[in-house]
Amino acid sequence: MVGKVHLYNIDNIDTDRIIPGKYTKTLDVSTFADHCLEDLDSDFKTKVQQGDILVGGWNFGCGSSREQAPIALKVSGISVVIARSFSRIFYRNAINIGLPILEIPEHDISDRIRLEIELESGKVADGDIIYSATPLPQVMIDILNEGGLVAYLKKFGKYKI
Amino acid sequence: MGQTISEKILSTHAGHDVKAGELAIVNIDGVMASDTTAPLTLKAFKEMGGTTPWNSDNTIFVIDHASPAPNEHIANLHKFIREFANKTNSILYDEGSGICHQIMVEEQHVKPGQLVIGADSHTVTYGALGAFSTGVGSTDLAAIMITGKTWIKVPESIKIILNGKPNPGITAKDIILDIVGKLGSNGATYKTLEYVGSTLEFLSLGDRMTIANMSVEMGGKAGIFETTGLELPYKFESVIGDADAEYLETITIDVSVIRPKIAKPHSLENICDIDEVLGIKIDIAFIGTCTNGRLEDLQLAASILKGEKLAPGVRMLITPASRNVLNKAMADGTMNILSEAGATLIPPGCGPCVGTHLGVPGNEEVILSTANRNFPGRMGNPNSQIYLASPAVVAASALTGVITDPISIGKNE
Ligand code: SF4
Repeated sequence: MVGKVHLYNIDNIDTDRIIPGKYTKTLDVSTFADHCLEDLDSDFKTKVQQGDILVGGWNFGCGSSREQAPIALKVSGISVVIARSFSRIFYRNAINIGLPILEIPEHDISDRIRLEIELESGKVADGDIIYSATPLPQVMIDILNEGGLVAYLKKFGKYKI
Repeated sequence: MGQTISEKILSTHAGHDVKAGELAIVNIDGVMASDTTAPLTLKAFKEMGGTTPWNSDNTIFVIDHASPAPNEHIANLHKFIREFANKTNSILYDEGSGICHQIMVEEQHVKPGQLVIGADSHTVTYGALGAFSTGVGSTDLAAIMITGKTWIKVPESIKIILNGKPNPGITAKDIILDIVGKLGSNGATYKTLEYVGSTLEFLSLGDRMTIANMSVEMGGKAGIFETTGLELPYKFESVIGDADAEYLETITIDVSVIRPKIAKPHSLENICDIDEVLGIKIDIAFIGTCTNGRLEDLQLAASILKGEKLAPGVRMLITPASRNVLNKAMADGTMNILSEAGATLIPPGCGPCVGTHLGVPGNEEVILSTANRNFPGRMGNPNSQIYLASPAVVAASALTGVITDPISIGKNE
């Protein structure tokens, strides 16, 4: 897949900044798109387009366990999140809702460029430069392949590692 | 080779010995979701084909984050949770009961050696009891409600040795802010912090909860205390790591030299000694949350505010961590002292901590809070400034109107 980058090369982007707590109290998840990242970049919602890629710094998604954070990014149109590292709950949540994430500790990706991503292998091409993401454990690959944990459990009925 | 506390508890729950780095499928003793996370959990649960939780007696819902409901929308989400709990005989703590983590411990839904998962990041709090507890998102929790299990990567552990006796005016909050300052927001990601050492004899269950609670502020998967010196109203087997267990790192902290600590806006990366920020004017003093809303925290604040009035221009918000805490604070006069000093009582629950309803600050206002997070917008307004501190510092500062060392006003008992 190919997508345009929105770079926020900031460490510790917390879930409160991804979707503030005051907007999380709803089951109508499409409303999150209106407020996603608004305290970090009030223009985000007008800039983002379906299929875009979000690139963050270290410890992306730290803070609360709210699954609304990866959902907010997904409903905003983000197709992949790349960060130097992720907080563990965000990491699990993103996979569980079927939002692919790639951990690339060292990179020099710039804003607004186009990246080519091969999810299976975790390879990210920035022109001639190829980055390799930290591999996911197999159980997470299986969940992602099913499109998320709901579909995975419906299919298998239990976890397999 | 011996085992860390995490390896021991996860081995018991996997049914075979596991070590750090391995993936395991583990049996879960109990689950918890709050009104922020339960609606999505129940939605996912239904989508997965779930009808009744695998173990209704250990499936706990708490309406605490926006309670009582501030609007019809949230009221309907609460109703949705209430109806599910009633229909499935799951356990529900309705509005006014208090904060989920306080209730889980108070009502004995979690015990030493257990493995409990909550759809809230501060589920790590139960490490105070020597339990392995961690937060997940809603869909992960729904999957446990169906299978009774989850998958987990057995974490490596960092041993935190706390030595010495804290000085007067120094609380568990100062100790954990000191630790977060040393490790950083990312310092324990995917890892367990295991707390041991001679300081444990000075730490009550509440103190241990304050410390375990903020383990997640370093990214920790869990933050577990050895049960040495822990007193509980029931019998339990002690939880201790083996002497020859393999720890990723051991950090020794001399608690006797810790100064009152402050986390400056807008990150837990900005922790300093109080001396650096003395004299900063505050608008709101907030005592509450799962970090510091317990009876001993309110009593500490009352000991400082007894017979006094808040400084002109300062508002003070008090949110007891549970109804039980509130009842005790009313019975022993603590609540009276705080109210007479000019504080505003908010019903037990999360209150202003997460910006969903009460106590939202105005632009440029400065809040001194006993909470665990000071991210931009955390209390509902990204243009406000949140400083974090101990209840002693918050109460002393409410009295003077500026950030104040409780020792300096001679009211530190
Ligand atoms: S008091 Fe604050 S940190 Fe604790 S559970 Fe409630 S919202 Fe979360």
